[in-house]
Amino acid sequence: MSSTRTTVRTHWVALRAMLIFTAVLGVAYALVITGVGQLVLPAQANGSMLRDGSGTVVGSSLIGQSSTDAEGAPLPEWFQPRPSAAGDGYDGGASSGSNYGPENADLVAAIEERRAQVAEFDGVSPDEVPVDALTASASGLDPHISPEYARLQVARVAAARGLPEAEVADLVESRIQARDLGYLGDPTVNVLELNLALAALGE
Amino acid sequence: MDAMFAVFQAATLALILALIYRPLGDYMANLYTSDRDWKVERGLYRLIGIDPRAEQSWPAYLRGVLAFSVIGVLFVYVLQRTQAVLPYSLGLPAVPEGLSFNTAASFVANTNWQSYSPELTMGYTVQLAGLAVQNFVSAAVGIAVAITLVRGFARRGSGTIGNFWVDLFRGSFRLLLRLSVVGAIVLIVGGVVQNFTGFTEITTLAGNTQSIPGGPVASQEVIKLLGTNGGGFFNANSAHPFENPTAWTSLFQNVLMLAIPFALPRTFGRMVGSNKQGYAILAVMATLFVVSLFALSALEAAGNGTAPELAGGAMEGKEARFGSFGSALFGTTSTLTSTGAVNAMHDSFTALGGMMPMLNMMLGEVAPGGVGSGLYGMLVLAVIAVFIAGLLVGRTPEYLGKKIGPREIKLASLYILVTPTLVLAGTALSFAIPGIREDVESTSIWNPGIHGMSEVLYAFTSASNNNGSAFAGLTANTPWFNTALGVAMLLGRFIPIVLVLALAGSLAAQDKVPATAGTLPTHRPQFVGLLIGVTVIVTALTYFPVLTLGPLAEGLN
Repeated sequence: MSSTRTTVRTHWVALRAMLIFTAVLGVAYALVITGVGQLVLPAQANGSMLRDGSGTVVGSSLIGQSSTDAEGAPLPEWFQPRPSAAGDGYDGGASSGSNYGPENADLVAAIEERRAQVAEFDGVSPDEVPVDALTASASGLDPHISPEYARLQVARVAAARGLPEAEVADLVESRIQARDLGYLGDPTVNVLELNLALAALGE
Repeated sequence: MDAMFAVFQAATLALILALIYRPLGDYMANLYTSDRDWKVERGLYRLIGIDPRAEQSWPAYLRGVLAFSVIGVLFVYVLQRTQAVLPYSLGLPAVPEGLSFNTAASFVANTNWQSYSPELTMGYTVQLAGLAVQNFVSAAVGIAVAITLVRGFARRGSGTIGNFWVDLFRGSFRLLLRLSVVGAIVLIVGGVVQNFTGFTEITTLAGNTQSIPGGPVASQEVIKLLGTNGGGFFNANSAHPFENPTAWTSLFQNVLMLAIPFALPRTFGRMVGSNKQGYAILAVMATLFVVSLFALSALEAAGNGTAPELAGGAMEGKEARFGSFGSALFGTTSTLTSTGAVNAMHDSFTALGGMMPMLNMMLGEVAPGGVGSGLYGMLVLAVIAVFIAGLLVGRTPEYLGKKIGPREIKLASLYILVTPTLVLAGTALSFAIPGIREDVESTSIWNPGIHGMSEVLYAFTSASNNNGSAFAGLTANTPWFNTALGVAMLLGRFIPIVLVLALAGSLAAQDKVPATAGTLPTHRPQFVGLLIGVTVIVTALTYFPVLTLGPLAEGLN
C-alpha cells in the first residue's frame, strides 16, 4: 500500500515538473528567442529572402530553386543548380536526399544520364562535367554549385542571353564565395544570387 | 590542399573544446555539488512538492527518473494524438498511434529517431511543447544519471546518491537553457530561421512556384545539438540550409554537440578529487575520436564504389558548402556522441565510410558519447578494464579507491550486454519472422541487396544506442519498425540507467580503500591504453560477424 502511494506521489511530482518545463522550455524560451530574432536579426530570422530589381521576393538565398520550364526541362538562360531529390526537385516542403547507396543501380544510371544531359546541354565533353552536377545533395535544397560547374555553364548562358561570354565569365568569378574564414567548407557559387546578378546584367 | 584545410578545421574544433574544457567542466562540478538553490528554484520545488535537501537512495532516485520519463512519454504521445486541435499545427492532422508511440519513446529516450518527415507531420506546437521540451529534459536526465555514478565514486559510506529533481532542474535551467539562449542567437546570425509564418509560396526567378518553410527553428536547433538529441526540425536535418546554413555554422554545431560530453571528464575529475583521472578518461575519448574521424574522412575522400567512382567523388547526399570533410566531421561527431543529427546522408556514404557511423554507435557511444550517457558508459568500461587488469595480476580490482566486487562486475557486465542484444536481436527478427520479413524487404528497404541489410542493422544500432541517425532510405514508418525500434529505444535507454544507478548506489555505500603499491594507477597512459583496448575489443568481438554481412561485404566486394 505504501509503495503504491509512493509511486502515485512520485508521478504527481513528475507531472507538475513536466508542466513547469513545458511552460518555460516549450513556450517562454521559444517566444523569447523569436522576439530577439525578429527585433534584432529580422532578415535572417525570416529566411534571408532575396528580391529582384523591382522589389519582388524571388526566393531565399539559402534555398536552392530549379530553373526549369513547366515540363521540367532546364532553361538555357539560367545557371542550373545540382540535381535534387526534394519532391519533384527543390520542393521546399519536402527536403530530402536520394539516399541511394554507393552500389545502387538506379544511382549509377542516374549519374550516367546526368553526365550525358549536362554535356549536351552545355556543349562540353562528358568527362568535363564536375561531380556536383552529377549528384543530388543531402537536403535537395542545396543553394550552391562548385565554381567548376558555374564556369562550365558560362558559354551556354551567354549564348542564350546574347551576352558577351567574357562578361558572364567575369560575373561568375566575382560571385565565387571563398571558404568560410578562408578554410572551412568548400568554395561555392550561390546559384540564385548569381542568376539575380545575371538578370540585372541584361537590364 | 584539401587535407590541410581539413586538419585546420579539426584543429580549430579541438582548440575550442580545449578552451571550454576547464570552465565548463568546473561549472558543472559546482552545479551538481552546490547546496545552494536559487530563490526561484526554491519556489518551483515547493510548487512540485519536493524538499531539495532530501537526499535519495538509488531506488528512490530511479523512481524519479522512471516516473518523469513515463509522464514524458504520455505527454508527447497525447500532444501528437491531439495535434488537429492544437494551435499552430499548420493544418496537419493527428499523428497516427504507432508513429506517436515511436516518436514519444524516441524523444524521451534522448534518441530522436524520426520515422516521419517533420515538414509533413509535425506542427509547431508538437515541435515546441513536445519535442523541444524533451530535448532539454531527456538530456538533463542523462547528465543527472552520470553525476550519480560520479558521486558513487566520490562518496564514502553513503546511503544516498543525490536528489533527482534538483539535478534535473539545475541541468535543464542553469546549464542547458542558459547555453541554448546564447547558441540560438549565434545560429540566427548564421541564417537559421526563427519565426511562426509556416510555409510561404513564392514565384521563383524562372517563374515557378516554390514553398519556403518557416518555423521556430533556431531555438530547437541549438538544444537538438547541445543535448545530443539530433531530431531535425526538417526532414534533411542539419543538411537543410535553414538548420545549418554555412560551413561555419556547421563547425559551431560540432562544438555544440561535443561541448558537454567532452567537458564531463573534467567534472568527474573535480568531483572525485583528482583532475588527472578526468584527463585519463578524456584521453581515451579523444584518441578514439581522432582515429574514427581520420578513417571516415579518408574513406569519403577516397570515394570508392561504383557510383562515386563513376561520378568522380562521393558527393551524393552531401552539400556543396560543407564538402567531403565537413560531412565526415559532422557524421563522426554525431555518431560518437548520441546526437544522430546529419549534415549529409549516411545511406549514400561509401560502403566502408557508411560502416564508420555504425561502428561509432556500436562502441557504445563513449567517445565522448551523449550528454551524461557517454561518461557513464565510459566509466562502466573503466570498471571492466580494472577488473581485467586485476585478473591479469591476480589482485582484487579497485577503481578510485572503490573495490570492484562481484556485484559491481555483474552490473557492469549486464550493462555492456544490453545494446548488443537489442541490436542483434532486432536485426535478426526483422529477417526471421514470417510476414515481417516480406514487409521489411518489400516496403521498408530502399537500397537492394547487401546495402538493404545494412539499413536495417543501422536502424537497430541507432535506436538501441539512442543515437537517432539513420540510413534514411529505410521506410521506418511501418507497424514493425515503429514498435520494434520504439521498444529498442526505451530498453536501450532505461535498462542501462537502472544498472548505472544500482552501481552508483553500491559504490557510494562502500568505504574507500587506501591505495597501495599494488594498486593499478588509473591516470597513466598504461590505463588509457588498456581502456581503449577494452572498448574496441568488446565492440569488435560482438559486432564483427554482422558487419561482415553488411558494410564489409559491400565495401570489400
